[in-house]
Amino acid sequence: MTDAHEAERAQNLHPPDRRNPTPAERYDLVVIGGGPAGLVAAREAAARGARVALVERDRLGGDCLNTGCVPSKTLLRTARLYADLRTAEHYGGRVPSDLRVAFPAVMERLRRVRARISRADSVRRLEEAGVDVFLGEGRFTGSATVDVDGDRLRFRKAMVATGSRPDAPAVPGLVEAGFLTNETVFDLTELPGRLLVLGGGPLGCELAQAFCRLGSKTAIVQDAPLFLPKEERDAAQILSDAFARDGLEVRLNTRALAVRRAGGAIEVDLQVDDHRSTITVDAILTGTGRLPNVDLGLDRAGVEFDRSTGIRVDDHLRTSNPRIYAAGDVCLAHRYTHTADASARIVVQNALFRGRKRFSALVVPWCTFTDPEIAHVGLHVREARERGIPAKTFTVLMHDVDRAITDSEDRGFVKIHVREGTDTILGATIVARHAGEMVSELTLAMVAGIGLGRLADVIHAYPTQAEAICKAADAYRRTQR
Amino acid sequence: MTADPEPQSDDALLHDLQHAAFSWFRARVSPVNGLVPDTSRPGSPVSIAGVGFALSAWPIGVARGWMTRADALAHSLAAVRFFRDAEQSERPEATGHRGFFYHFLDPVSGARVWRCELSMIDTALLIAGALTAAAWFDADTPDEQELRDIVDQLYRRIDWEWARNGGQTLRQGWKPESGFLNYGWEGYSEAILLYVLALGSPTHPIGVEAYEGWTATYQWENLYDQDLLYGGPLFVHQFSHAWIDLRGIRDPFMREKGSDYFENSRRATRLQSEYAWRNPNGFTGYGVHCWGFSAGDGPTDENPEVTGEERRQFGYAARGVPYGPDDGTLSTWTVVSSVPFAPELCLATLRHVLAHHPQTLRDGCFVSGFNPTAGWVSDGTYALDQGIVLLMLENARSGTIWRLLRSCAPIRDGLRRAGFDGGWL
Repeated sequence: MTDAHEAERAQNLHPPDRRNPTPAERYDLVVIGGGPAGLVAAREAAARGARVALVERDRLGGDCLNTGCVPSKTLLRTARLYADLRTAEHYGGRVPSDLRVAFPAVMERLRRVRARISRADSVRRLEEAGVDVFLGEGRFTGSATVDVDGDRLRFRKAMVATGSRPDAPAVPGLVEAGFLTNETVFDLTELPGRLLVLGGGPLGCELAQAFCRLGSKTAIVQDAPLFLPKEERDAAQILSDAFARDGLEVRLNTRALAVRRAGGAIEVDLQVDDHRSTITVDAILTGTGRLPNVDLGLDRAGVEFDRSTGIRVDDHLRTSNPRIYAAGDVCLAHRYTHTADASARIVVQNALFRGRKRFSALVVPWCTFTDPEIAHVGLHVREARERGIPAKTFTVLMHDVDRAITDSEDRGFVKIHVREGTDTILGATIVARHAGEMVSELTLAMVAGIGLGRLADVIHAYPTQAEAICKAADAYRRTQR
Repeated sequence: MTADPEPQSDDALLHDLQHAAFSWFRARVSPVNGLVPDTSRPGSPVSIAGVGFALSAWPIGVARGWMTRADALAHSLAAVRFFRDAEQSERPEATGHRGFFYHFLDPVSGARVWRCELSMIDTALLIAGALTAAAWFDADTPDEQELRDIVDQLYRRIDWEWARNGGQTLRQGWKPESGFLNYGWEGYSEAILLYVLALGSPTHPIGVEAYEGWTATYQWENLYDQDLLYGGPLFVHQFSHAWIDLRGIRDPFMREKGSDYFENSRRATRLQSEYAWRNPNGFTGYGVHCWGFSAGDGPTDENPEVTGEERRQFGYAARGVPYGPDDGTLSTWTVVSSVPFAPELCLATLRHVLAHHPQTLRDGCFVSGFNPTAGWVSDGTYALDQGIVLLMLENARSGTIWRLLRSCAPIRDGLRRAGFDGGWL
């Protein structure tokens, strides 16, 4: 699809007629990869006076802007609109009699929003910030040099932030039949009539729910007993119920055995225990993991890496070549934009300003943006017990929170785990419509060393759903009688 | 049994419910093989767990004068002989494998039906019943000695270690067509009995690390201002208590928390009442004295086309609160089964249900479930439901089953290996 929005995005993120600048004699920092980590590192280093070059082979903004967070959350918001419209009676409203999804309009909004956000990550803005931007394939040619389409960049320090790409499940016939990933799904111009989502992780869950709400007859297949295996069992249970209410066909403990084209459709053989079945769909979307992008001559630079887990870094995010650091998806287990951002800041400080910051010292929240959202920070109870830390959980159900009730958004909970006998917060899980917003309070508390009991003294505006956190703190206080 | 306005005493009410539950088994047991059907519906297969409850029902019947010792022994012997002689192999049509048994069996041939799984927990319930019978029938007679010998043989034959499938914890099931099921025991559940029996085996005991691995998945929660180990459907908090007296004895987890599993079940029972009072989904009938969320029938068993965008309804499902699923269906038999834990609350609830929903009592037994919102009442009763009612009421009224199993060596050994101590241990 080429329209004004796409033209603007291209002009911002990879201008078609642009020529690379003449390389400087030597750069203080060469950043390879113009996604969230690369952009943050380049801007911050330049702002602090460093000579910086940024290399990007595709579009600035990386997955997050182009094929990840930004387009997916834009799509999710429209999907949520339609879900709310269908349940208007629940809010005292009336369901529109002619409720239809105009998919072209949905995707036009997606492109418009993405183009708007792309302005902040544009080549022009980077150059204004003092960064030399090189558009092309960057490859290490030595321990202190990177070549970009014939230009040689010499560096004092370098940061690899080349991100990751979707990993497809090894299902016979899948490649031949064709499938969508996050890199292609947002280019759709027609809504699939029948969609199969392979993978019950965050991406699969978010997009399966979204497409179901937009009108695709959608099934999601997960090879484990519950979705989001890393999350709490109770959170996955609530999500399963939400999916069922949306009309999403849920197949847990199920494996895809084979895929084939059948006329204009796609047939997929599935197995659960000893039972086999075949489902016919119009498109398949995979969300079964990601692989790091490590094909850039790392061995010539003396950088150790693994094709599955990425570049090996120490806790200061330095690689086996002391001149070279890494940040973001290419080296981290937690592949989120905010960890890419945070790791890039660590690299700038450690690489250029003699910092000793550690990645392990970070408190990292994350959120799956289904409806309800599932957010988490810190330890799960099981992790605490494995470390020999006795834990207690203070749980507040959202159906006890006035604002959640007024908004008919009362399915979910706030669970805050403390070290038993103290109010030290070990971690938390929130399931709520706005869990992603709410978790930041607990992240702050953990970073600042604020205990759960102290949170009871923090005035929360009434009525807000964040009051659930205050209620958990009050519950803790009541146990201290 | 009456639901008329004339109030019965609490003991009379419980007596009638217990006698009706016993009669459920008495009316349905096969005199040939001692098996009982899973449900009251025609054509129902056998549930091995139901047989476990039946084996525990007969001693109660004798103790209460509802049947003779000879009849009880005859039924018990028929059942244990059946299981001793039934085919144990990898064949899909067998009755069992590795000492375990398939969840559902043909009532006559005993062959596996419904391509069901070889079930670890249901085998444990069966064996618990068999051990109960062996403890009860302690006379020095050839038949009672034979029964005890067969029960010992059945228990020793079970390869509990195999059921770990090389992992730390026990698997939930196995099928000849596809191997072990893709889920184990995560979080607190009714598996205490299973782990105790597996740990107490004199022939194929599992390692204590298996129990530790399971309890490592526990979550101690402050929920509605109560500290408890949450388990969802109420039967989770009841089944192990049917046979094991968990009052005052504590494993490492409960020692750490300063509680025990009996107190935990009391709190779980109260939690259900608290949830029903809140009634977040606005279902009809819910209240402080109208609750009961457990496993049972649901409206879509009979009305599969009944669905709603916001209020989905299920067929047979394990309903749990506060995290769900909750579709407005209540199971009063689970309230009866919690009488030992919270007698006042449960009795008040029973009286409320009898007054407002008398149609949920059939032949003196509470049906599997009812849904006031949908205007639906199950027409079925289940062996599991009536069995847990029978045993828990007996324990509440006399403690007989608890007393019998306290003297059972595998139970004591299993509890000790799991790290339980204190109280009667």
